Amino acid sequence: MASKQFDIKTYGGFKGITLLCLVVLYAPLIVVTIYSFNASQSLTNWEGLSLRWYADVFSGPESAKFKEAAKNSFVIAIIAAVVSTSIATLAATGMVRGGKFKLRTLSFGLISLPLMVPEIVTAVATLIFFNSIGFDRGLMTIVLAHIAFCIPFAYLPISARMQGIEDSYEQAAQDLYATKRQAFTKILLPLMMPGIISGFLLAFIVSLDDFIITNFVKGAGVETLPTAIFGSVKQGMKPNIMAISTMLLGVSIVMVTISYFVSKSDNTK
Amino acid sequence: MAAGAASGGSATTDTYKEARTWLLMPAWVVLLFLSLAPVAMMLIYSFLTKEFRGGVIWEFSFAAYDQFFCDRGLFGDEGCTFEWTYMTIFWRSIWQAGAATLLSLAIGFPTAYFIATRPENVRPLWVFLITIPYWVNLLIRTVSMKFLLRDKGPLNDFLMSIGLIDSPLHIINTNFAVQLGLFYSYLPFMVLPIYAAVERYNFSLSEAAADLYASKFTTLWRILLPAVKPGVIAGCILVFVPSLGSFLAPDLLGGAKNFMIGSLIEEQFKGNAGNWPFGAAASMILLSLVLVILLIFARQQAKAEKAEG
Amino acid sequence: MKTMLKTTATGMALALTATAATAEGELVVYHWFEYMPQELLDKFTAETGIKVTMDTYDSNEAMLASLKAGALGTYDVAVPGDYMVSILAGEGLLDTIAEGELVNKGNIAPEWADPSFDPGRASSIPYQWGSTSFMVDTAVYGGDIDTTDILFNPPAELSGKINMLDSQGEVLAMAALHLGMEQCSTDREKLKSMNAMLQEAKGHWASFNSDTAKEVLVSGDAAVGQIYDGFGAKARSERASLKYAFPTQGYVVWMDNVVLLRDAPNRINALKFMDFLLEPENIAAVSNYARYASGVSGTADHLDPELATLPESNPSAEAGAGVFIEVCDEATQAVYDQIWTNLKK
Repeated sequence: MASKQFDIKTYGGFKGITLLCLVVLYAPLIVVTIYSFNASQSLTNWEGLSLRWYADVFSGPESAKFKEAAKNSFVIAIIAAVVSTSIATLAATGMVRGGKFKLRTLSFGLISLPLMVPEIVTAVATLIFFNSIGFDRGLMTIVLAHIAFCIPFAYLPISARMQGIEDSYEQAAQDLYATKRQAFTKILLPLMMPGIISGFLLAFIVSLDDFIITNFVKGAGVETLPTAIFGSVKQGMKPNIMAISTMLLGVSIVMVTISYFVSKSDNTK
Repeated sequence: MAAGAASGGSATTDTYKEARTWLLMPAWVVLLFLSLAPVAMMLIYSFLTKEFRGGVIWEFSFAAYDQFFCDRGLFGDEGCTFEWTYMTIFWRSIWQAGAATLLSLAIGFPTAYFIATRPENVRPLWVFLITIPYWVNLLIRTVSMKFLLRDKGPLNDFLMSIGLIDSPLHIINTNFAVQLGLFYSYLPFMVLPIYAAVERYNFSLSEAAADLYASKFTTLWRILLPAVKPGVIAGCILVFVPSLGSFLAPDLLGGAKNFMIGSLIEEQFKGNAGNWPFGAAASMILLSLVLVILLIFARQQAKAEKAEG
Repeated sequence: MKTMLKTTATGMALALTATAATAEGELVVYHWFEYMPQELLDKFTAETGIKVTMDTYDSNEAMLASLKAGALGTYDVAVPGDYMVSILAGEGLLDTIAEGELVNKGNIAPEWADPSFDPGRASSIPYQWGSTSFMVDTAVYGGDIDTTDILFNPPAELSGKINMLDSQGEVLAMAALHLGMEQCSTDREKLKSMNAMLQEAKGHWASFNSDTAKEVLVSGDAAVGQIYDGFGAKARSERASLKYAFPTQGYVVWMDNVVLLRDAPNRINALKFMDFLLEPENIAAVSNYARYASGVSGTADHLDPELATLPESNPSAEAGAGVFIEVCDEATQAVYDQIWTNLKK
């Protein structure tokens, strides 16, 4: 029986395609990582191993700009992730633990709207909106735009997690005369924590990497890492871009790894 | 991106029924003001008069839509014949996004299936492997793709050094390069929903089919595929929609010889043209197109759910 | 008596300098990214006591957009390109420098003292200038490269190996030179023939790419590429067979200029900064850093000798005239926008 089921499940070639898929996904990243250690001024000629472009990122002529941009990026990402995760957590509770209600489908549509609308349209609409109400573009406009855009990214893992939690825990707590608020903060919230952390990290990285929306709504002189990278590429691409990318890749991998292990420490099963 | 949860979820209870409105209020307010209101304002702007070099004049005008649909000749003083220029651009984007979606499906489906049939404890690791590259800045990924695919780039060097080809493959600045770039940009969006669907699939159905002497292919095509169809459709939409508005991959990998919807819109706000109402109108038309596609999907989904009982 | 006067004068001058050096002053500069050496800013601060804050932009259009969107009043000076100076002036975003307000105005080289984009230098001073032409890989093509035919009607060896800048201004200005027509033409027949010529030429082009204009040439992916002279010099240092062309039909010239913005919060300091940049020694430091020419007389002694012999900045005798990209009125611009859209549809 078991061997037969295994047979039914396996299709020859699917493994090969999966491996090919991984090669396609990783090859460019590996190339970037390798070339970030290139000693040459040129992007295309290999001239031996060196850390000069990493040094350049921290002390070269562009370092001030990149430091400022990195600071902006992290501040924006932290604010956007905290706010959107809080909103998403409350919304998920309302949606998943709120019973059936008329506006449910509409609410879900609204929450996932930023995911369904092409990013360029969101960017244009947000730019026009701030322009029409006379809101000066700056750091604040980026933060606001990112909060809205990050909500669905935070919402999905949180609501998925909540759906996996039986409400018997909360029921039991309430049977023991805990208030709703206590049941929420003492029982549900801790159980949801892995989902909330994944949601936070997703929102954080989406904000950190966003280029299209940021590029439209940023104010004069305000740069985030992606827009600074883009601006720098326009002035002629140098290997320091690859060094920055490799470091960003490192940060992203660390974040996703944390998220992976947190979600793995599943305490409900 | 547990997109499987995107269908709304089934395990709902009413523990917090009374607090529901207050729980949802922040999301409603934020999204009403920062998602819905901007789209409404964009609609209004598309009917305003353009200000030369960016901005609008608050006077009603149909000029943006006229420019989109009416060909009035090089000098703009002829009668209205149907304008093919922007249709061509839209069609090209739709075609490119469609091809990229098919490519993603062709590679993403087997990948998702393969992952979903691994032992349960290693599945998250596979998902993890697929999603890591997605968190690298899109611009960087696209630039590195360009770097890799160049006529004299590492890929061709490698293929020639192992003797698979004699002369470099010309990939860069072709449609295929764009599709590859789009595929690369959005693949996880295809894999994850399909993975979620296949993971939930009850394989005893396939077994029953096999017991009735269905071939493996028939089992896949007639039994498994209909069961995981919602996941496949969700994946296709999640790849198609962002591909439609993307301009990094077409510009960097396709050589930017031709406008795509995304670059056309961007040019209206960032480039020489500076025609905000036209940019708003083109965005509106793109948005309508996407909404129509989503509506068709939603109705399909509803039908499927009804059929399941 | 005479000595006493002299001493007093010196003393006063010293006192003035001292106050200037300690005065709490600020200056907010809106500048291209990586276009001014930090040492020069430090020198300015040391001489005047004025603290410089710098914001950057990556295109003329981005700067215009942010100034129009409300950044006016934040910045004292900006550094727009030639055509953008007239656009900014037309939009009323510039302040006028009164006669005598700039002590070093006489240092501006005579040929740049009265440019078409800012008659009489009412609001601007020259910063750096150069050209936009194209480079050809002489290892691929050995013939005459100093003609716009290379771009618009290329020999068979170069067809399909051409990268154009993804910039309407540069491409259409070059096309106008190729056809020998004025830039903001209203002649319908000429405009139609330009439209047709570009459609034809497009078949020979591989890509439109500004961001990697240098890389595609260095890597050999393109054998011809439109490029700025400064990037051209860098490209040649990485691939020796590349040669910068000065077509007999003419080529595009650009000039970045320091302008005094309207509602500048530190107007006096802005003028001091402009005077500072008109000192030959100071502007030469910019040239040595950015590798472009300056538009100020008397810089020769301070320049890196290599700059004087750069093939990219020294047109041959047969080269046509360098022309600035012109600013057309709205109706004319609409036709050029249409031609550009036709080209890229």
